[in-house]
Amino acid sequence: MSSEIRAQGVAPGVNASPHGTRQSYLIGLSYAVILTLASFWASSTDWIYPPGVPILLGVLAIAQMGIHLVFFLNISSAPDQTNNILALAFGVFVVGLLVFGSMIIMANLNHNMIPMDRLMQMQR
Amino acid sequence: MSSTEQTLTRAEAVPLSLRGPAPVSVVAGYGFWLFLLSDVVIFAALFAAYAVLSGESAGGPTATDLFDKRHELIETACLLASSVTCGFGSLAVQSEERSGTYRWMAITFLLGTAFLWLEVHEFSHMLSIGAGPTRSAFLSAFFTLVGTHGLHVTLGLCWLIVMLLQVATLGFRPMVRRRFFCFALFWHALDIVWIGVFTIVYLGGHL
Repeated sequence: MSSEIRAQGVAPGVNASPHGTRQSYLIGLSYAVILTLASFWASSTDWIYPPGVPILLGVLAIAQMGIHLVFFLNISSAPDQTNNILALAFGVFVVGLLVFGSMIIMANLNHNMIPMDRLMQMQR
Repeated sequence: MSSTEQTLTRAEAVPLSLRGPAPVSVVAGYGFWLFLLSDVVIFAALFAAYAVLSGESAGGPTATDLFDKRHELIETACLLASSVTCGFGSLAVQSEERSGTYRWMAITFLLGTAFLWLEVHEFSHMLSIGAGPTRSAFLSAFFTLVGTHGLHVTLGLCWLIVMLLQVATLGFRPMVRRRFFCFALFWHALDIVWIGVFTIVYLGGHL
């Protein structure tokens, strides 16, 4: 059964190694706890140069998402997982396009908008 | 391990055209993975709306006034712990242990319910101080984003009950194990979305 699946590729979430998986969940949990506490600490501390905090929070969040993907969803770069990785890459691409595209377009529109008082004068 | 098994273990040993249709477990898992990615795209649209509107509080309460960090930390802990117990539960499903499945999935259910209760509590508090979704564009975006996530958690809990009933009545058939497996993927994916929510909404709001 397992060799049959290996030849066909693996569904996401299927762990390649038959044992030691409970351990991998616990490793993932400890990483996730450390990263979560780090991001809560980073948002309330004075120790970090304030303009750098959003970047640090972003890095910590992306790192934790990676930890969840690897240890909880068992996504890896193994050759039989190519399909899953490709789908994930496309998903990440669409998400990036959607979020950053919207933010850039809206910031640009905001920048080019006539100030409200000038608009009122034009209507008079 | 026999020699035929060894050749099959190497994916490139059998050409794609000779492999035949993939087993149902692979097809179902991959299809559900695609569904999850499309669900993540929905959340990305809501995240984009929130990121654009988070400053537009129309003179009403802002993120700094509303959100309590300790409350969010407890919510995050509940969801993270439920993700791990769900993982232990799916290991029990794989080895067809009935008692382990019930125990871990019951803990998952309780932690999920605790998360949901905290969120409902937060929402009702916000509504009672006049910070409902109709107050400003910021709050509309907040309630849509966090509410959609909460709705997913609610549906996940309903699904979990159905799965436990199926284990009780049908036993560990391949069909039931496949569904359990998809449920575990769904639950872990919700936790990944929550990382984005607490970083952007709750921690980003305090900056």
